[in-house]
Amino acid sequence: MPDESYHNNLTARGFSAGESRRKFFSSDKIFRFSLTACAVLILLIVLAMLAVMTQSSWLSVKEFGFGFLFGRVWDPIKGEFGALPFIYGTIVSSILALLIAAPISVGVAIFLVEQAPKSIARPMAFLVELLAAIPSVVYGLWAIFVLAPLLREYIQPPLQASFGWLPFFKGTPTGIGMLTGGIILAIMITPIITAVVRDILETVPVTQREAALALGATRWETTKIVLANASSGIAGAIVLGLGRAIGETMAITMIIGNRPQISASLFEPGYTIASVIANEFTEATGDLYLSALIEMGLILFLVTFIVNGLAKLLILSVSRRTAQSH
Amino acid sequence: MMTTLTALCAFGVVSILLIVLVYIAYQGISSLTLQFLIETPKPVGEGGGIGNAIVGSLILLGLASLVGIPLGIATGTYLAEMGDGWFGTIVRFVADTMIGIPSIVFGVFVYALVVLQQGYFSTLAGAIALALIMIPIVTRTTEEIVRLVPKSMREGALALGAPQWRVTWDIVLPAAITGIATGAMLAIARVLGETAPLLFTAFGSRFYNINLDEPMASLTVQIYNYAISPFEEWHAKAWAATLVLITLILFINIIVRFVTRKKH
Repeated sequence: MPDESYHNNLTARGFSAGESRRKFFSSDKIFRFSLTACAVLILLIVLAMLAVMTQSSWLSVKEFGFGFLFGRVWDPIKGEFGALPFIYGTIVSSILALLIAAPISVGVAIFLVEQAPKSIARPMAFLVELLAAIPSVVYGLWAIFVLAPLLREYIQPPLQASFGWLPFFKGTPTGIGMLTGGIILAIMITPIITAVVRDILETVPVTQREAALALGATRWETTKIVLANASSGIAGAIVLGLGRAIGETMAITMIIGNRPQISASLFEPGYTIASVIANEFTEATGDLYLSALIEMGLILFLVTFIVNGLAKLLILSVSRRTAQSH
Repeated sequence: MMTTLTALCAFGVVSILLIVLVYIAYQGISSLTLQFLIETPKPVGEGGGIGNAIVGSLILLGLASLVGIPLGIATGTYLAEMGDGWFGTIVRFVADTMIGIPSIVFGVFVYALVVLQQGYFSTLAGAIALALIMIPIVTRTTEEIVRLVPKSMREGALALGAPQWRVTWDIVLPAAITGIATGAMLAIARVLGETAPLLFTAFGSRFYNINLDEPMASLTVQIYNYAISPFEEWHAKAWAATLVLITLILFINIIVRFVTRKKH
């Protein structure tokens, strides 16, 4: 039925089979050219980001070289800039977030795809997606006034009482610090990992599940087979979550404590690359200071670009394989 | 046993959402007055609101959409209609990867590109940063939607002698317009919540302002400033502003959900 109306539409707009193709040749070319130009623009933007940030951070790159990545001192007054405490803070908070979010996200995805009836799974999937719609600054606000006091009063003291001999749980439990940062990041990346794992599980053909069930596998054994088949895609989803955690800015800035130090204790404050940019950019006096901060941005850009690219390749490898097996 | 565990994960995650939302509503509703929605920020103890921040967010969003949405739609259409070659693959990969670049990096880029050259923070710089974030999002949703348009419709039009551009313009895009619009709405909702790229581009302002060459307030930056202040009165304002922001974002998301659901 729609075809009919579209045909009428076409003739009404002045097409007929008899019109010569040459008449339209040039307009077709212009159309193609403009769309292609927009596509080229995306590539140019990414290249421009690389070029502009490299150029603007050149002062710092020249001054510190690779030592920038290993310097432990961040002292704007003396003009000494080392990124190690920030890199450390970024890695630790992101890994902490992954340790919490990865198993939970995979669990949620399994529940939504393999176990829950559709009537529950659909609204639930929507609610999980909504979690990703909440802005970072809102999570930060919530973390400051709800999560941090909660951890300070009810979680950190008992943790310290039973595991205080571990270096991770030393220091004063203030609620502000690496642990709280990791938890809020975990909440923020869970919907992203869940969504990708869900998509991947859904691409695994039903025949595979039926085959397993027919061979006498229990439902959980079947799920395990499905998971094994999708494992590289699930790894991709987790890497994607890692990329998000690395670049997350507002919430972590508001809760991690913003002290450039390297401490094994998760109760201690830390600092991340994104946070130092957010906090100090507008206050950066002097060219070298600003240049060092832009170099931080460049590092963040390169790292997240590589991490996301890797995630994308891992995810693609699954969808390609399942596409072939159809 | 395993089902219990996974169900626990799922219900746990959903309950976090509900806890956050209910808490925002509970904390925000008490300071939410008409005055609060109209006034500009004032020193502690003198009241003040988020009127200019709401207007600022809308201006920033409008400008960013003006650039980001058409560019995204064009690129997405390119990828769907003629992007099957090696070049399309590269663009798709880059767009995908760009979605994952932290928003603060776009802020740094625009700072170096615009603010540093001009010498001052401006609305325009903020809008550019937001537009850059929108482009890849709109691109990918547009491509997905345009690809859903059945091949037979394209072939029908081509068989009638229509050139490719009219097929795309008059047949394919109108058929996909609802989906494209919802994709654009989602990009708007996403950018509405962005703070980091605005901190050192649009910067923030205490006044009503429509000059694109001047710093511009936004809801998110205002929330941030209220939130990290040491004053309890301002914390209450942060919650109220958050309630406004979250309501807008959830509203867009639920509308989109409703529209896309009806289609299937």
